[in-house]
Amino acid sequence: MSARLEELLRHAFPDATELSVSDRTGGGDHFQVTVAAPRFRDLSLVDQHRLVYDALAKPLADGTIHELRIKTRGER
Amino acid sequence: MSELREKIRETIESEPVVLFMKGTPEQVYCGNSGRALEALRSVGAPVTTVDVLPDPRIRQELSALSNWPTIPQVFVGGELVGGADIVQELAETGELKQKLDAALGDANPDTRTERVVQVGGTHTPFRFVP
Repeated sequence: MSARLEELLRHAFPDATELSVSDRTGGGDHFQVTVAAPRFRDLSLVDQHRLVYDALAKPLADGTIHELRIKTRGER
Repeated sequence: MSELREKIRETIESEPVVLFMKGTPEQVYCGNSGRALEALRSVGAPVTTVDVLPDPRIRQELSALSNWPTIPQVFVGGELVGGADIVQELAETGELKQKLDAALGDANPDTRTERVVQVGGTHTPFRFVP
């Protein structure tokens, strides 16, 4: 499941300089995602996280993701 | 705009700091709601909490209003600050305290008061404990 989420994020953030997904509990539904991308630079944290939520809208909506922790960073 | 959404909007705009959470400060039903609450406590914020669990429509209306899909949600001075991750990050960098001071001004009492309000949800309380 982590691989699928990572694929969705790679698609949404092709220029990411850092991108990782980890299964926090090993249960396949609690995830920590980290994304660093240039496009985040001029966005508030709220808008940065909104982009991540948008990228993962489907697994969030269908219950695949029970809990999501997000860490984002704007990079040059 | 629905009556419930209007009530949620009023709460966000009239309360200095609002935390929409699963449960109450005394009985937290979700780890992320707990993390957001702790971050607010760490900066001495006067917190008004709204429990979204009594009625699923609260969460639906809130997310429609805020364009933010998950719970918890923290508002300071009427503005969405974020969910647990952002609030925790901002508490650690000191920015949360700055936002709080900016929103509350001299009125910031650092009283650490916690108040629970209801925005609706007269339906039968139903608690899902994962």
